[in-house]
Amino acid sequence: MSPAEEAAPLVLVVDDVDHGREIFAEYLEYRGFRVATAADGLEALDKAFELRPDIILMDLSLPGIDGWEATRRLKQDDRTRDIPIIALTAHALASAHDKAREVGCNAVVTKPCLPKDLETEVRRQLELKTTPGSDAHP
Amino acid sequence: MGSKAKLALVDALLAEQEARPCAVLTLRWLERHAGLERGLCVVVDHESGRLTGLSGLGVSPAGVDGFSLDLADRAHPLVVALSGGEPVAFHDSGQSLLRAFETPLGNTSFHAIPLGSLGGRQEEIGLLLATGLDDGPVSDDFLWATEMLGVRLAALWYRRIQVDERRHKRERSWLFSIVNAVTDPILLTDADGRILVANTGAETLLTAGEDKREGWRRAVALNNMLFSASLFTSTSESGPTRRELLLVDPSEGRDLLFEVLSAPVVIRAGETGVVSVLRNVTDLRRATEEIEENYRKLRVAEAATRAERDRLDLILNSVLDPILVTDPAGNLMRMNPPAERMFTFPAGKRDVEVERRVRTNDAVFTSFVSNLYAGQSLHWRRKLSLLDPLTGATVPFEAISGKVVSKHGEETAVVTILHDLTEAEEKARLYEQVTRHSEELKERVREATAELAEQNELLRRQAFQLEQASAMKSQFLANVSHELRTPLNAIMGYTHLLLEGVSGQLTPPQNDKLTRIDANARHLLAVINDLLDITRIESGKMPVQRERVLLPELIDEVMTEVEPVIAGTRLQVTRALSPELPEIETDRQKVKQIVLNLLSNALKFTPEGSVAIRLEHEREANEISIIVTDTGIGIAEENLKTIFEAFEQANSSYVRRHGGTGLGLSICRRLAHLLDGRINLVSRLGEGSTFTLFLPCKSRTA
Repeated sequence: MSPAEEAAPLVLVVDDVDHGREIFAEYLEYRGFRVATAADGLEALDKAFELRPDIILMDLSLPGIDGWEATRRLKQDDRTRDIPIIALTAHALASAHDKAREVGCNAVVTKPCLPKDLETEVRRQLELKTTPGSDAHP
Repeated sequence: MGSKAKLALVDALLAEQEARPCAVLTLRWLERHAGLERGLCVVVDHESGRLTGLSGLGVSPAGVDGFSLDLADRAHPLVVALSGGEPVAFHDSGQSLLRAFETPLGNTSFHAIPLGSLGGRQEEIGLLLATGLDDGPVSDDFLWATEMLGVRLAALWYRRIQVDERRHKRERSWLFSIVNAVTDPILLTDADGRILVANTGAETLLTAGEDKREGWRRAVALNNMLFSASLFTSTSESGPTRRELLLVDPSEGRDLLFEVLSAPVVIRAGETGVVSVLRNVTDLRRATEEIEENYRKLRVAEAATRAERDRLDLILNSVLDPILVTDPAGNLMRMNPPAERMFTFPAGKRDVEVERRVRTNDAVFTSFVSNLYAGQSLHWRRKLSLLDPLTGATVPFEAISGKVVSKHGEETAVVTILHDLTEAEEKARLYEQVTRHSEELKERVREATAELAEQNELLRRQAFQLEQASAMKSQFLANVSHELRTPLNAIMGYTHLLLEGVSGQLTPPQNDKLTRIDANARHLLAVINDLLDITRIESGKMPVQRERVLLPELIDEVMTEVEPVIAGTRLQVTRALSPELPEIETDRQKVKQIVLNLLSNALKFTPEGSVAIRLEHEREANEISIIVTDTGIGIAEENLKTIFEAFEQANSSYVRRHGGTGLGLSICRRLAHLLDGRINLVSRLGEGSTFTLFLPCKSRTA
């Protein structure tokens, strides 16, 4: 499946770790997505409001405004409420995942995560977005 | 014979007032003037009817006094001589006309000349027995003198009779006065029961004049009848008799009871009568009856008293405490058996010790009671120590004494109750002991509590520290996990990018090496995940989410996941699902994790042969068993027990070759427990293994 050039979904990859951003950004671009990146929560909010991405990959441990807080704000804002947010975290404990879902993350993916697997989840979320009413959780 | 001598005798005789001197004068005169040698003057004693000696001349006084002749013996020569009125001459006893007799004159001839016989008087006065007279007629002078003596004696007798009569009259009147003065009726009756003498009292009862009224006379007549009847029924010749007689009081008509004392008396010669004295015992009877009644009442009262006393005894005896009653002098009056035990010598053999103890008790008690007698108070209470006579043990008593005071304020007795304090003191002692122990216990409890509090505080601090440590550990682990995952993400990510050809085509050697990197990275990730699982299970932080699970579906999923592995082997893999498997309630993810692990192990450790997965429902235990059997390498017996421990694989090198973490079985067993199930293992080295997961159909905690 290959998206059309003008309609390629825009993915906002948020991660304070450079290689984290780089791996997913490079792979998703390679797979035909448009990609924007942000290195912290504040930047993520700015980019989100400015670019209105189709989906956001949100690392949770961020300096300043962390991923949970950023997600909470985005989900409380009418402009960004409907953007699916996939939490990306190296936290393996259930508590971190639950907290992510509480603040509005549509899915939680634990790192390490193969780029291929991440792409699968991204596509799934985008499909769910176009067919509202379905269960948002995996 | 001169008349002068005769005149002198007459004068002398008249001057004498007594018979005996007259006889003496006459005998002396006859001796001097008429030739009397010895003489004995005997006179008639009318009272006795005998002839007795009066005076003698030349006769011993004993002879005079001893002379006594019964006048009733009419044939006696002297009696004959007396009544003949003429002098009679008696010669020796051999010459006696009629019969022989003796006189104080001895065996000699004598004359018996009646005294005063000349005047022709009929009265027999006496005889003068005289010796020395000539035979033939007695001289005139002799006869004159005896005549004079006879006249004088007769005169004296007559006068005496007159005096006697006067005296008799007087005495008789006195006697009557006396008899009449006696209020008791007195009667003299003759043999026919006729009343000869009756005093006033008797007359009142037994005689009635014409002036008395009819009732009176009838009463008197009745009384006479009753009295006579009683006389005849009870008169005895032998002596006095005593009987009761009921008469009627003529004046009032009421009954009078008399006690009649009758005694036979001689009225005159040959005739006896009866003297009866009647004592009015009517009042006496009444008094007697009253006395009897009083006596009866007394008896009743006595019986009542005795009953009361018996009851008191019963009461006293039923009291277990010793009770003693003492009189005001301190003498013991009564005691009950418990008191007897303390204060009396026991029956049976004597025991010096026992007696000493009893005496000691007695002394203690006496001293105690004397306090009460000495004091004014009515009650007294004190503690006494007595000795048990049998055992010698000291027995503490509380003695309570009370004075018993009569209505008149007289102290009649002291009652003492001894209350045995042994038990009370024992209780007090025990109580004190208990209190002391309680105090000690309290103290100990306080100490223990303090210690406990200290321990608690310590524990709390330790718990806090542990909690902190645990939290820190969890945090540390989470951090470690996070910090490991981040670089692992980079390694796996870049490897993935390269293998995907994002950075251009790879040469086969490059591809091989990147694949190795990828495999090791995956292994590392598995180890990290397993470690994290164990930590979470052990710290109780592994959440269990129960839901209804269809096992065939779950087995399908597992089979699908291991399909690539199976495809890489030549193993025969079978599965057998029992029909009618029930739905079970459990944590789907965890069951899947366990089954996946067991199946993966089976595939991993079976170089050739078969692997079978079987599901069965154990109805009795209501359990599901998931059985994974292989024909693999098996497990040595010595390793069976440790196979479930973390990092304990039978053959480490072999495991590493197959990519195991060494934590799989350990996690499986922990997860099974978490789901209220268990894992069983049967295996033989070289022959294969059978792992069975038992799960309850319905979770206990569900």
